[in-house]
Amino acid sequence: MNSDTHLDGNAIGSLLSDLFGREMTNQRACCDACGAINPLGMARVYVDAPGDVVRCSNCGTVVLVAVAVPNGVRVSFRALRWVELPD
Amino acid sequence: MERAAVRGRLNWLEAEVVELVQEAPRVKTIVFEVPGWIGHLPGQHVDIRLTAEDGYQAQRSYSIANANGSKRVALTVEAVENGEVSPYLVSELVVGDRIELRGPIGGYFVWEPSKGGPLQLIAGGSGLVPLMAMVRSQTGVSAATPTRLLASARSWEELIYRDELEKSSVDLGSFEVVYTLTRSQPPGWTGYSRRIDQDLLGDSTWPIEDKPLTFICGPTGFVETAAAIMLELGHQPGRIKTERFGPSGG
Amino acid sequence: MGLISRGFQRRREVEASADRVPPGQYVTNDFPVLSAGPTPRISTDEWRFRVTTERDDETTWTWQEFSALPSELVKVDIHCVTKWSKLDTEWRGVSVDTLLRHIDTSAFFVTAHSHGGYTTNLPLADLVHGKAWIVFEYDGQPLAPEHGGPARLLVPHLYLWKSAKWIHRLELRENDRPGFWESLGYHIYGDPWKEQRYAGD
Repeated sequence: MNSDTHLDGNAIGSLLSDLFGREMTNQRACCDACGAINPLGMARVYVDAPGDVVRCSNCGTVVLVAVAVPNGVRVSFRALRWVELPD
Repeated sequence: MERAAVRGRLNWLEAEVVELVQEAPRVKTIVFEVPGWIGHLPGQHVDIRLTAEDGYQAQRSYSIANANGSKRVALTVEAVENGEVSPYLVSELVVGDRIELRGPIGGYFVWEPSKGGPLQLIAGGSGLVPLMAMVRSQTGVSAATPTRLLASARSWEELIYRDELEKSSVDLGSFEVVYTLTRSQPPGWTGYSRRIDQDLLGDSTWPIEDKPLTFICGPTGFVETAAAIMLELGHQPGRIKTERFGPSGG
Repeated sequence: MGLISRGFQRRREVEASADRVPPGQYVTNDFPVLSAGPTPRISTDEWRFRVTTERDDETTWTWQEFSALPSELVKVDIHCVTKWSKLDTEWRGVSVDTLLRHIDTSAFFVTAHSHGGYTTNLPLADLVHGKAWIVFEYDGQPLAPEHGGPARLLVPHLYLWKSAKWIHRLELRENDRPGFWESLGYHIYGDPWKEQRYAGD
């Protein structure tokens, strides 16, 4: 198992769907660290960890972390300036 | 795209195995009947969940292999050595067995004819699965989108959907398939026999003037190499979409 | 509980005696690589290790200086919060006691800082008296980058997330500050034998 590389935002597709109640990987989000705006599907997801760590595809800053805790999932919003929801 | 926008949480659905197709030595297509399935778009995937009698659960994601049109979801699964879930799916499941499944998931790595083209598909091993759904979505469509597929596999025997790809390259209006077999080749093979590199992609993919929509899927290393080469060839980053499988499905 | 899948069972585990395996863990012969981000690539030329105190005193070692310190072979079991344990792992490292020998401090807590921004926190008491090392070799070979090389912290009596990879600094502090996973709900201490995975366990 090699975690030097990451997965794409698809890997958190169902997490995002649970959070926002709809398909989100095609929705744009803004990184608070570098200001880059990209679809969430482009984010870099590190899943081989005690949680899923989602990083900006442009600057690598952690934008979101999801940790499975005993009674569910804890989501920490880090450098996520905004997310666009579709109509 | 609106069809696949899920309102509310994704629920686990019961899926029953209705058909099994051996695609290659360690690869099988499993067709599930899923009551309550809302439909899907080519490129999307599902999560499946298995529960053992002692309550132990394992969950994995698999790309959907069939184009939409029914309550059926087909997954093409490669059994990973020492894997926990994939060997079970490939070697154990029989018609009538039931597992849990939820989806469809993903809106970013999705293509349908209305998105236009030309379409460039680049597949590494079982990365061909979601791209095949994109190819299959074009059968029966009056004006198919010009499509080129580059499929990398270890050998001819391990290449999945072979016969169907050969047939599609004949039946579909503008569909070209190029293979590269990286470990062994059949006698008389005149095609590519190496890992992808700039020359190989440059010669077999749509030129940059055609501004293709490119979808790349496969193991992480393959996807990174292919994406880097496409950028180097001059393709626009915004028209390249990737789906990394990770080191193994397990 | 979900729908039971006929004939499905968990992957077969490696056999080990119960007194070596903390509750909820399974033994593996692999060495899984877990990471919250890309693997830093630090050359030994650029490598520096710092200990800073609560009074802002600083001690720094270059790789050459660090290599001249007495080191020892360490054979320990390691336990990851994601439930795998690996027994009899062999490392070579410099004891944290050696590094703190000439350092004057009244701090109680430590934050370990890694290249790439990862942090984890521990009581200073859990790093001294032979309980922790800065290791630079695994299984007789220089520590590979994906396992934390050139050097990482090794604190085997706690869950492995406390053994910060790519370590570059030990910050001695008067008060405790939760690190990356701790601030997300993982246990502030992390004793595998008490199964302290999450805060409140």
